Amino acid sequence: MSTETTQAAEPEDAQVTLYDVDHPAPVIEPPRARTGKTPKASRTNFEMYGWLFMRLSGIVLVVLVLGHLLIQLVLDGGVSKIGFAFVAGRWASPFWQVWDLAMLWLAMLHGANGLRTVINDYAERDTTRFWLKWLLYAATVFTVLLGTLVIFTFDPNIR
Amino acid sequence: MPAGTLYRGREGMWSWVAHRVTGVLIFFFLFVHVLDTALVRVSPEAYDDTVAIYKTPLVNLMEYGLVAAILFHALNGLRVIAVDFWSKGAKYQKQMLWTVMGIWIVLMAGAFYPVLQHTLRTLFGS
Repeated sequence: MSTETTQAAEPEDAQVTLYDVDHPAPVIEPPRARTGKTPKASRTNFEMYGWLFMRLSGIVLVVLVLGHLLIQLVLDGGVSKIGFAFVAGRWASPFWQVWDLAMLWLAMLHGANGLRTVINDYAERDTTRFWLKWLLYAATVFTVLLGTLVIFTFDPNIR
Repeated sequence: MPAGTLYRGREGMWSWVAHRVTGVLIFFFLFVHVLDTALVRVSPEAYDDTVAIYKTPLVNLMEYGLVAAILFHALNGLRVIAVDFWSKGAKYQKQMLWTVMGIWIVLMAGAFYPVLQHTLRTLFGS
């Protein structure tokens, strides 16, 4: 009888005092706590600035890209009108040159940072991650420089 | 829900999945698009010959798909910003997603003829 009552009482006791001297609560470090063991590479706020950049560039890109789509694909006959003459007409104006340059840089950096996140999430092997990101950065630098060069050196009388 | 997964399903997870998928697709198109535009530095003919591909029915339809992806990514991106910066953002994330989908459907309906008119005119005349 006496053993039965003690057995029944124990689980209730354990629930009331989940943590006591014999069962200390596990110490959980805040997720981003920096300790002496934190590698130097992760002591900057790079990821926070990346997160902020995605939101700020995103707002600007909504205007730049939707305006671009409206002009290229919706207004004035849609895709029919696009050709060398149409590009020459638009890039005759510094306004559209700056528009396209800003769109190129922001969209490429926004997309590159997005794909960096995707690679970090799904590529589990260190070497796979390294080479995929190396390929991404190389392609991004190449494309941004090529596009910038094209906008700055465009010649309507090329022939 | 299967054990050992962080995926929660419903509006929150699926909008996140759609945001990723559309983002990656748009980024890959951007590479192609900068390369095709770079042809203006080669010759007007090289550029016009390549742009002709954009005027074929299949690629024209893909442009409508591109518009669909960009519109979703843009509108849902604004929703993500609202979730992050608006104090009631997380509370209303579902309502905001359905608002996004409503605006998306209206804009897609409005873009149907303007974007596809080149193909519609070639296939069905005038």
